[in-house]
Amino acid sequence: MTPPAPGRPARRRGAGAKTRGWAGWLFVVPALAFYAVFVLRPISLTFQYSLYRWDGIGPSTWAGLANYGKVFTDPALYDSLINAVKLIVFFSAVPVLLGLAIAATIRRIAHTRLAVVARTVLFLPQVIPLVAAGIAWSWLLSSTGAVNQFLSLLGLGGVTRAWLGDLSTALPAVGMIGAWVLLGLCTLLLLAGMSKIDPALYEAARLDGAGAWREFVSITVPSLRQEIAVCVTVTVIAALASFDIIYISTQGGPGNATMVPGLQIYYLAFSEREVGMASALAVVLMLLVIACALPIQWFTKDGKR
Amino acid sequence: MARRLRSGRAGAAMVIAVGTLATACAAPGSDSPQPQATTASPVSAAPTCGTAPITMSGYFETGFPLPKALTAEFAKQHPNVTWNIREDQFAVITQNAPRVLADNPPDLMRVPQVSELVKDNLLKNLDGYARVFGWDRWPASQLEQLRMGPGGRPRGEGSLYAMGLNFSMTGLFYNKKLAEQIGMSAPPATLAELDAVLAKAKDAGITPIVQFNGGATGGLAFPLQDLMAAYGPTGPINDWIFQKPGAGIDTPTNLQAVQHLERWIKAGYFQKDVNAVDYATMMSRFIGGKGLFMFNGDWESGNLDKQLPGDVGFTLMPPARQGGKRAAMSAPLAFGIAANAKNADCAAFFLNWVATDKRAREIGVEVGGSHPMGPADAHLPAVKPGTVTADTLAAGADIARDNGAMDFIANATGAIYAKSWTPQLQKLAAGQQTPQGLLKAVQADYARQIEGN
Repeated sequence: MTPPAPGRPARRRGAGAKTRGWAGWLFVVPALAFYAVFVLRPISLTFQYSLYRWDGIGPSTWAGLANYGKVFTDPALYDSLINAVKLIVFFSAVPVLLGLAIAATIRRIAHTRLAVVARTVLFLPQVIPLVAAGIAWSWLLSSTGAVNQFLSLLGLGGVTRAWLGDLSTALPAVGMIGAWVLLGLCTLLLLAGMSKIDPALYEAARLDGAGAWREFVSITVPSLRQEIAVCVTVTVIAALASFDIIYISTQGGPGNATMVPGLQIYYLAFSEREVGMASALAVVLMLLVIACALPIQWFTKDGKR
Repeated sequence: MARRLRSGRAGAAMVIAVGTLATACAAPGSDSPQPQATTASPVSAAPTCGTAPITMSGYFETGFPLPKALTAEFAKQHPNVTWNIREDQFAVITQNAPRVLADNPPDLMRVPQVSELVKDNLLKNLDGYARVFGWDRWPASQLEQLRMGPGGRPRGEGSLYAMGLNFSMTGLFYNKKLAEQIGMSAPPATLAELDAVLAKAKDAGITPIVQFNGGATGGLAFPLQDLMAAYGPTGPINDWIFQKPGAGIDTPTNLQAVQHLERWIKAGYFQKDVNAVDYATMMSRFIGGKGLFMFNGDWESGNLDKQLPGDVGFTLMPPARQGGKRAAMSAPLAFGIAANAKNADCAAFFLNWVATDKRAREIGVEVGGSHPMGPADAHLPAVKPGTVTADTLAAGADIARDNGAMDFIANATGAIYAKSWTPQLQKLAAGQQTPQGLLKAVQADYARQIEGN
């Protein structure tokens, strides 16, 4: 934790663990101070605000746990939590599964130029700001956008619609935007993981007569356990805490079909001025994220041992 | 072992730190000084901006050139005054208003729905100024929406807390070329005539109405409220918006209005993707000649006169019966003075100048496209006949005669638009809500929000 600083006079080496400990703390104090002021303090304040009714300016009144009660009884609030859980399918399942397939394909053609192009194209969404992605996709998915033009071209004019403006397709549509953004990250992470797998394993498997599918299931996937865990964790958090894509593309509409907790917190705090409710929902969201992320961590840790 | 011990200690330290941070704070809001309720400060002589150099701070809305055009002219006429202006989008102003007014009070600010700002004592009571400047002798309907009872409720009566730079008028814009195509020579005079025109347009393959209803902005509230005022009197609608005790939106005539809107939706008079259309898309479609009608306000008059000169007309929503009273949503472009503003007197003088100075009134019409505030007989600049601006100003006179001005149903509470009207109207447009269900849901949200305040 605290290696002795180079060049320190030898006589101080015997000063004992205690001094060394204090010196170490001194080094982390700036970082800790930042962490305390910009992470711990806001979290604790959020928790404190969640126990009050407060409009952000005037005097507040003590509300106890009433705000938390409302989070689970007001349909508008828990519906947003349910939407966030539904988004996990698009933000996590699609990118991870598709990413695995794509990474395996790219690895097989690793020496061709196509692999480089594919990698770049897939990673591009990660580089584009989410706001820009949201705007671009809201054009693509509009009633006269490229997606519908393409569908009409295929003779599927009957299914064309304003994807983001339809109550039944809006949530899957924003989900697909998220999947598009996160696919590149997952693919790249999984590709990096694959490059660490010992080629001898594949050779041995092939000698034993394994096909591509068998190799994938028995070698690639188990070896990528850690990377998959990272992908799932990152994407699940992205799904639960989603805000930017949805704020840009649908603002929670139509008819609250794409309302998610992140957006709901923002509306509660800044347009309804219910800082207490917003904070309570934020705390619930934080606990939900932890409740989803921790088991994934434990699961993969146990697997390693 | 040592490492383990240390990390345990660190954890403990962290817990203590978090605990201290949490308990060290008193109840939120109690540490900031609470501004006192501002009563009308007695003003004996009409305030001025004096002669000494003075810097006025303003917080205006991006994209609307009128306030800056006015402050520039004001500075020309009063060389000792310079303006320091900050601009933001209206949505940002809405979110920032309380904090800005509390922490960094501007002398003059574009204000959103004011009830909550008044409740927190953030806006200056303008009654004193109104008396010495004679604002209280103007047509009462101009300032009604900016008057509030103690604590911000009900609205529509009581002390004056903001002032308009002009007042806007809403109604139906129509594309004259498309109207000609379907043989509409004059704007419809009754609701039945409007229905007939819409049907004709639909049959001719023209989108009858382009409207926005996507995202967090339910633009179908425009036609809906116009229909409400066509079917019933405006008084109860205003009472509901102003939060008068016992007021309800779930009335028989309002139900007829929602049912009428639903018929328009089912008949395909709006674009199929109306739930994905935002305001900018609606404007570009209308300017692109993709629709016959658009429900909107005269803040677009100048823009439409520029983009489609001579091709756009404006009419008020026709009444249900021939010769019936006309009504429209009409609201002052509200500006307030922060409770703790440094130069409140000069700001009040400016607001009075906007309504009374000849040049200022001209700018109000030329740049703003809307009717200036002020006495009924005040100078009204001449506008070119045949322009949208001329139409909207004439409509303003009709509304004044019929006493048909309404505030917007979206302004009833701070959250009613985003939380109720918008999702409910989107569901109605998607065929997933009934007219009765819509009104019941909005009324329930309204009651809950008022109770919560």
